[in-house]
Amino acid sequence: MTVKSRILMSVAAFALAGATPALAQTEIQWWHALTGANNDVVVRLSEEFNASQKDYKVVPAYKGSYPDTLNAGIAAFRANAAPHILQVFEVGTGTMMSARGAVKPVHEMMKEAGETFDPKSYLPAITGYYSTAKGDMLSMPFNSSSMVMWYNKDAFKKAGLNADAPPKTWPEVFDAAKKLKAAGFDKCGFSNAWATWANIEQLGAWHNVPLSTKVNGMEGFDAVLNFNQSPVFQKHWANLVDLQKEGVYSYSGRTNTGEGRFTSGECPIFLTSSAFFGNVRANAKFDWANAPMPYYPDAAGAPQNSIIGGASLWVMGGKSAAEYKGVAKFFSFLSDVDRQVKLHTESGYLPITKAAYEKVKASGFYKDKPFLETPLLQLNNKEPTENSRGLRYGGLVQIRDVWSEELEAALNGQKTAKAALDAAAERGNTMLRQFERTASR
Amino acid sequence: MQKNASFKGLTIPLLLLLPQLAITVVFFYWPASQAVWQSFLLQDAFGTSTEFVWFENYQLLFTDPGYLKAFWNTAIFSTFVCVLSLSIALLFAVMADRQIRGAEVYKTLLIWPYAVAPAIAGVLWIFMFDPSLGMLARGLGRLGIAWNPRLNGNDAMTLVILAATWKQISYNFLFFLAGLQSIPKSVIEAAVIDGARPWRRFWTIVFPLLSPTTFFLLVVNIVYVFFDTFGIIDTVTGGGPSGHTETLVYKVYSDGKGGSNLGGSAAQSVVLLIMVIGMTAIQFRFIERRVNY
Repeated sequence: MTVKSRILMSVAAFALAGATPALAQTEIQWWHALTGANNDVVVRLSEEFNASQKDYKVVPAYKGSYPDTLNAGIAAFRANAAPHILQVFEVGTGTMMSARGAVKPVHEMMKEAGETFDPKSYLPAITGYYSTAKGDMLSMPFNSSSMVMWYNKDAFKKAGLNADAPPKTWPEVFDAAKKLKAAGFDKCGFSNAWATWANIEQLGAWHNVPLSTKVNGMEGFDAVLNFNQSPVFQKHWANLVDLQKEGVYSYSGRTNTGEGRFTSGECPIFLTSSAFFGNVRANAKFDWANAPMPYYPDAAGAPQNSIIGGASLWVMGGKSAAEYKGVAKFFSFLSDVDRQVKLHTESGYLPITKAAYEKVKASGFYKDKPFLETPLLQLNNKEPTENSRGLRYGGLVQIRDVWSEELEAALNGQKTAKAALDAAAERGNTMLRQFERTASR
Repeated sequence: MQKNASFKGLTIPLLLLLPQLAITVVFFYWPASQAVWQSFLLQDAFGTSTEFVWFENYQLLFTDPGYLKAFWNTAIFSTFVCVLSLSIALLFAVMADRQIRGAEVYKTLLIWPYAVAPAIAGVLWIFMFDPSLGMLARGLGRLGIAWNPRLNGNDAMTLVILAATWKQISYNFLFFLAGLQSIPKSVIEAAVIDGARPWRRFWTIVFPLLSPTTFFLLVVNIVYVFFDTFGIIDTVTGGGPSGHTETLVYKVYSDGKGGSNLGGSAAQSVVLLIMVIGMTAIQFRFIERRVNY
């Protein structure tokens, strides 16, 4: 190196050091998919963490919708430029864990980094979804929700229904919806967002019915879907088809774009995510509440427990020990009881630790806001079974599309409910077999 | 006119061609060859395991009923969009070409929709025709017409055809108008003197003289419906309900991005590539013969 270039280098280094005073900081890239108020939460958490210590700096970056963020992470990994932390929605869990070397399991990272980490302090209904069959935590739950039944109290009064005693079972919901239809809600008595989350995934867990063999895919990629053989599924889908024809049920699409039908007053009973509450609070011009999802009273053991939705934070593979230490510190920071309490009460995300839930309960917060506790009551209704811990299928994003296609085919009268269920399982199995080939080697 | 303008040696012509060649190779041939290579592989999303499977991806493709359905959807969709957008644009262009007051304003307004991005165009049509939100959908409901693109495949297909046609009309209009204005007035005046009525003048003089424009637009429109309508389909229906609006290009996307099935998705894009090459070749071979330049 010549003298001149050495001088230049030191000038450059000096200039850089001047611009960023903490040159020794390790940067931790965090790619996420949250917008609006939820994005503010991400930014605030990063800032608080960065202010709390000076060795690491978490840098959040918004990468688009959940599927976009997942794909951005995959593409970046292929180009050796993966972030440290990738937020992935729950249906991407199978895809993430199948790639050995692409991700660093959270339990492993916490242990190596020497962080205190007790898997038992987390709510099992939440972490179970993101853990191996043995209970090792693979990713860190971040924003979790569950599906609940929102209802319009004013509409209930108008139809002569008791607004303080919402229907508990599906037959009661059907009756209420028929009365609501007669009372002027003639386009839509009840509906739901997230077609397959409601009518396959939650339906199975809530009634303790398996979706497939191998503990809903948690114990291996060779799982075979068999929900089509369940009487609960057959009955529920047949009911939906009949009620769609009568105009009592009205399909609202595969994602949550139909949620506006509740807030606009069109659909007085609407099953969707508990995270919908911010939207309801802001936009519904009527008295509202939520209640646990309905169930079929003749199904043995129902209701069991609901499963979560939302997203978790995955740690990408191939990073240095120092970087993992920073990520581990950040995860400990996120799991802190007071921070979880604050996150839950302010943003409506479910708390991920037992201690945080207990603390909020003890504070009497839920007396004023019972709608925030409904999803937690559902999730903790019973000890999760093999059928209600969650589900894990590779390529679930697209399998969900296929399931939706079949549900739509039944609802528009192209197929019977039974034929659609059979096709949903069969087509899903074809895709699972294809995924198995790429994942098991 | 000098016919054989030639350079001495190869250096200068090659240098002049180089930028274009480089762009073509980097942005077209290289990605296309990658797609062909990928279509022979079975690979997980992260690329951690790869297996060479020869033509298995293609075999799976042609046994997939969803793929055959996508072919059918594409045929319906592209026929309707091409025919509708070309004929409506031609009608508008002929009307706007006459001496009328405010013609410039009409022309400018008719061109505007072209500046709208496909995804935005999709959202605009949702606002009009969403069964819950849409003004026009509510109007249809009041008239007693059942309208539900959420579940009814034909309704959904109608909606994406309308949106895609609307978006393309202005482009076609622009070219037809320019084509009409380049037709010598003397020819038409001669026909008028011979006593030909407007209808006859149009079919025997204007339409044949417009054929180079029509042919060009046909090629461009087919490429448009095959590829550029993706944004509209994605925002309006997402390929639903029950796959009724899933076209070939949309399936490439949903299998590759949603399903992380890169091999299958690459195989589909190769099929699509061959199809478009074939169709363009057929157009030039057979239809171009009937074009009067």
